[in-house]
Amino acid sequence: MRLTRSSVELTAVALIGLFALFVFPRNVEFYTIISSTIYISLAILALSLALIWGYGGILCFGQAAFFGLGGYAYAVGAWNFDATIYAALLAVVIPTVFAAALGYFMFYGRLNDVYLGVITLTVTLILFKLVNSTGGDAYAIGKARLGGFNGMPGTPFLENPLNGKVLSPEALYGVAVVCLFTCYFLCKAVLASRFGRIVVAIRENETRAELLGYDARPYKLAFFCIGAGIAGISGMIFANSVFVAPTMFDMASTARILIWVIVGGLATLVGPVIGCIALLMITTSLGRSGWIDPNVALGAILIVFVLLVPRGLLPLLNDGLNRALAWLKQERAP
Amino acid sequence: MDYVIVLILQILFSVSSLALVCAGLAVIFGMMRVINLAHGEFIMLGGFTTVFATQAGIPIVVSMLVVAPAIVAVIGFVIERLVVRHLYGRMIDTMLATWGLSLLLIGAATMLFGNSVAGISAPFGSFTVGQYRVSVYEMFIVAVTLVLLIGCYLLLRFTRLGLIARGTMQNSEMAASLGISPSKVYSVTFTAGAALSGLAGALLAPLSGVVPTMGKAYVAKAFITVISGGEAILTGLVSASGLLGSVGTLTTFATTPVVGDAALLFAAIILLRFLPNGITGRFFRRSI
Repeated sequence: MRLTRSSVELTAVALIGLFALFVFPRNVEFYTIISSTIYISLAILALSLALIWGYGGILCFGQAAFFGLGGYAYAVGAWNFDATIYAALLAVVIPTVFAAALGYFMFYGRLNDVYLGVITLTVTLILFKLVNSTGGDAYAIGKARLGGFNGMPGTPFLENPLNGKVLSPEALYGVAVVCLFTCYFLCKAVLASRFGRIVVAIRENETRAELLGYDARPYKLAFFCIGAGIAGISGMIFANSVFVAPTMFDMASTARILIWVIVGGLATLVGPVIGCIALLMITTSLGRSGWIDPNVALGAILIVFVLLVPRGLLPLLNDGLNRALAWLKQERAP
Repeated sequence: MDYVIVLILQILFSVSSLALVCAGLAVIFGMMRVINLAHGEFIMLGGFTTVFATQAGIPIVVSMLVVAPAIVAVIGFVIERLVVRHLYGRMIDTMLATWGLSLLLIGAATMLFGNSVAGISAPFGSFTVGQYRVSVYEMFIVAVTLVLLIGCYLLLRFTRLGLIARGTMQNSEMAASLGISPSKVYSVTFTAGAALSGLAGALLAPLSGVVPTMGKAYVAKAFITVISGGEAILTGLVSASGLLGSVGTLTTFATTPVVGDAALLFAAIILLRFLPNGITGRFFRRSI
């Protein structure tokens, strides 16, 4: 097998996946497994934005909307259905359908970056307000009470569809890891397909792609929906490891997704996942120590990266590696 | 009959408070084509300035109309110098950086002022229309907004400063080749936008109370209204806040404020589907 960059990356990711699935959980405490599940659910969210922003060029400031919708769809489904596996499916379907409806207006209106960002952000904020105002018994879907500001604690957890038993936290961690790596390889497959290549071409130059005969609108719309579906999976796992609450739609919640992607590196898939996990660790420890507000840290990180490291860490690291390799070759040549 | 009058006054108030909240954002969007995501935090800073100035003994009208805009203008000027200036021409990066600022300012305000609501009571009392009471202060906001809009129109239409601003807006390269420094114009624009946002925050402080996260309540509506208005600052602002503000208020009367906001957003999304460059992208194209 020829050693190309992408085959190295895929192999490395697969190895990390196996490590995360089989070695890591046997060697850490129970508490770490639970918080790792939360981190991994959010890493899937980072992956979804990395896909549509980094490769589709779709500036979505509202990825949290799909995350939240996925979480709420799962919670409502889990209260109402007999088997939670259907709720998990619902958590993918609802955000995708919502993204299709919203995307129709945005992409078929041919709105550009600034408009796209503002509309998706506004949709998220309005969803926050809507969900926040659903306190009381009047707001219930079937057996599920939406609970307003308090969210929906006590939602039934995912069950093993074969024997109907509730998954243990360890098993849930396994499900989360499998979802993350499946989504990653799915993204890779989409990008390698003809469809993915056309989407990247449209990102590079929409006019040129259209002159070559590709209608940009349906491609962007479909790509946007894939991102929303992945964000829905993320929300579903988050709903299982924490619980759903309106803060999932919060402005701070949607901002941090962007920060993960920018810090990790736009136009990479691995970078944002690493950025997400690293930043979550930092903000968690900051929040625990309490000497600085996590918002200050996140805001400062965002400003510094936009001003000084606009491409993010992973491309920077890559460049450094390439330069070191080139330098080594040069040393050897004469 | 009285109900109709009250309803009309209410619509007038919501439209003008929407226009007031959007004004600072619209100025920056019209000139620089970016959305200032720290807009809500400028509003919050205006609110805090008013509360502190009033508590320090300055008459409330002075602290609203003079002190708050001035302080927030200074903050805006410094921010432009430190951050925004380095990102001209990179629209997405500018928006992301202002978002960073937004988080930073919320965090800093939480650390400095705490998370409790600081408030001042609204001055002027109320008057009655038939059996309904209407707050004088709300009508005061309507008046201030009207004066502000007329003032902006006169400034943009009849002064040399306005001519420079309009020229840069239409074609910044041409303006630059005629000896106008765009960076100076942008600096003034950002400062003016910040001052207007500070004024909005000051005027809203008695009605809503001031917390570090108060901006959140306004930004969703403000963002969508400004981009629905399009690139002409004043016409876009007035037409979009008139249209969307009325939709929002009428829905609020029929249902709840939250549904009113959702209706406003829905109307804006439909509007942008058919007028992707906003109202002034299609109509009133030669306006300011």
